[in-house]
Amino acid sequence: MKRIGLFGLMTALTLSLGVHDARADKSDDTLRIAWGSNGVMHNADNYYGNTRAGIWFTKSVWDTLIERDPVTLEYKGNLATGWTWIDDTTLEFKLRQGVRFHNGEPFDADDVVYTYTRMSTDEGVKIKRLVNWIGAVEKIDQYTVRIRTKTAFPQAIEYLTGPLPIYPNEYYEKVGSEGMSNMPVGTGPYKVVNMKPGEEYTLVRNDDYDWGSPKSKAKIKHVIIREIPDIQTQVAELLAGGIDMTPDLTTDLVEKLQGVPDVSAEQAETLRIYYIGLDAAGRSGVKPVTDVRVRRAISHAVNRKSIVDNLMRGAAKVIDTPCHPKQFGCVASAAVSYDYNVETAKKLLAEAGYPDGFELDLFAEAPAHEAEAIIGDLAAVGIQAKLNRLPWEAYADALAKNKASVFLTNWGSNSLADAAAIISYFFSNNADDFARDAEVTEWLKVADTSTDPEKRKEFYGKAIKRITEQSYVLSLFTGVRSYGYDSNLNFIPFVDEVLRFHEYSWK
Amino acid sequence: MILFVLKRLFSAFLTLLVVSVLIFLLAHLAGDPAIAIAGKESTAEDIARIRVHYGFDRPLIEQYFAWCGRALSGDFGRSYHYQQTVSDMVMTRLPITLTLGVSALCFALAISLPLGIFAAIRPNSLIDRISLVIAVVGQAMPTFWFALVMIVFFGLTLRWLPISGNASWQNFIMPTIALGYFATPALMRLTRAGMIDALESDYIRTARAKGLGHASILFKHALRNVMIPVVSVSAVQFGAMLGGSIVIEQIFALQGIGWLSYDATVRSDLPVVQAITLIIAVFYVLLTLAADLINALLDPRIRIG
Repeated sequence: MKRIGLFGLMTALTLSLGVHDARADKSDDTLRIAWGSNGVMHNADNYYGNTRAGIWFTKSVWDTLIERDPVTLEYKGNLATGWTWIDDTTLEFKLRQGVRFHNGEPFDADDVVYTYTRMSTDEGVKIKRLVNWIGAVEKIDQYTVRIRTKTAFPQAIEYLTGPLPIYPNEYYEKVGSEGMSNMPVGTGPYKVVNMKPGEEYTLVRNDDYDWGSPKSKAKIKHVIIREIPDIQTQVAELLAGGIDMTPDLTTDLVEKLQGVPDVSAEQAETLRIYYIGLDAAGRSGVKPVTDVRVRRAISHAVNRKSIVDNLMRGAAKVIDTPCHPKQFGCVASAAVSYDYNVETAKKLLAEAGYPDGFELDLFAEAPAHEAEAIIGDLAAVGIQAKLNRLPWEAYADALAKNKASVFLTNWGSNSLADAAAIISYFFSNNADDFARDAEVTEWLKVADTSTDPEKRKEFYGKAIKRITEQSYVLSLFTGVRSYGYDSNLNFIPFVDEVLRFHEYSWK
Repeated sequence: MILFVLKRLFSAFLTLLVVSVLIFLLAHLAGDPAIAIAGKESTAEDIARIRVHYGFDRPLIEQYFAWCGRALSGDFGRSYHYQQTVSDMVMTRLPITLTLGVSALCFALAISLPLGIFAAIRPNSLIDRISLVIAVVGQAMPTFWFALVMIVFFGLTLRWLPISGNASWQNFIMPTIALGYFATPALMRLTRAGMIDALESDYIRTARAKGLGHASILFKHALRNVMIPVVSVSAVQFGAMLGGSIVIEQIFALQGIGWLSYDATVRSDLPVVQAITLIIAVFYVLLTLAADLINALLDPRIRIG
């Protein structure tokens, strides 16, 4: 269902009639947000949820032990006031005193022990690797806890800033995940007033949020979030003043909204990267891509700059690293860069024994335009690619069943600013590894478990060098998120792709 | 009459049994539910663990009987994504879809019956032409397009109606029109054709000859006969509306079972997909049954045949 043309009609009618009366509800201090065109937030208990919206919701309602400053990416104490590595596998936290959950339950070591013990041992937790590094959690005294990691895990600090909120132990024990999902209770800058699962969530500012969290106290009193699955409907609501903000826009909608009075639209870079995966290990049985010369030819054949300039537009940037350069350990200088060069590509193909090219299936879950551009680029060097554009579920199924040899995809690293959250997932000789390079796997093991930051960088660097030299993947560009909002709103986008309602205010 | 009802009930039961097997097989053969449950920000390792955790590695026949057994006692299990039982989810969302379906059907009948009748009384008149245009446009225009045009016009330009959500009865006006309009052409043309046939038939001529009033002939004699196919088609259209509300509910962000079923299908929320499909199938079967029974009341011949 393509309905881009309708947008013109929509804006034209709106502009011609000059209707822009019912703008943002500053009078009742309520921020109305719509999301959901990429799927609804089914479950507010995000340990069992795994949605982007769930991460956003979690940020407002709960707190983590450590907070990563969204701008400087510095670590700051949140529910913990300080932390030290006792040894390679023991991390000790001093906890903040005088913090209460929204239901009045005081926060202390028991909540931390309960939350992390429960989540790291429950098989039903959706993204297990976010918690399965936790070996044991011990209470030392009421405001001191120790987390023992299963193996040395220097990324622990980064992971603890991620979607690992601390839950109130008494409440959760009583109501379980279901009760938590239907009436969330946290310590965060917003309290939940009403939940209609999958439909509408009403929040109110937590006026007691002044115990020293690096997350600021909320400025806007009420937040109402509505799940609106159709992006055109979201835009209509934005133009009509029914909502004040959406994080679901596409590039062309941003460009169209930029001319509309009283509405702002902008794009911001994220930690997400787009890349082409190549089945170097031959899992799919497709022979040509197992040859490094063919993979390099593909890397030279794709005109990444042109795709960024003409299709992605806005804030997207071409990258060479198989991770986002803002992530720790993502050493940009280690990456081999492939320039766009049709002749080199053809020569490499001829050397590999495919002077007339060959046929392949390109599996894609990313936007179709980019995939089509890539197919055009490949055709120019003689590779006849057929597009298999699939919804994510079917795409993942094809990969799991070893049906795909070349695939266009993207990865947001669960908003974690550490190279471990991407490289180590896809090159550790596991089901997601299409390179199966034993040396890379070994280097990553060193990088993932070393407590010396410099050593970590060195070994991620080695891995990045090999991965790009061998063209196991072709990194394309960084992802962007596009936001539309009422011009009266002081909206701030963050690189970790997380919405922070407490940072927004009215002009 | 009792035998007729029993026969109809038995065939309804068989239909549902077949449907339940089909729903289960199709849902499970369509793809690996573990992938959809794991979600987008997951890796192959998460997926493998979830496959075992949810029991998708068990034989299909074993999974079917377990599901059937629970479904018979009204327990459709829990959603894989929402922290709710499927029964609770369906019960909170069904009223929205039923409200939409009933009001859309009423809208369709309110438009198509009078226009169909008038068009039949005066074939080729202006009203007949207008109703033809309405029918052709209604049949040709995609529902989602019509819905969006209404949103732009009534929601954005005129600001008469709320665009999305289900907060008030006004929220249902545009969805009702969008959904109802789609059913209008069939009902209108059926009424018109039936009415023209009836008005030309012998018994109407006899009635006229007896000196009965115009209104009496039209409504008591002709319309009663015309209504038989209209009732059958309305029942089918109502069922189609419950299914067709998938698109409409998405566009207007109405949280009924239409949207729920779409979301559940995409995310392989099998307990929800199975329950909703079964419920819609039950509705279809009951509606057809009801139409048969109403027609049997309207026309004694059907009871015997």
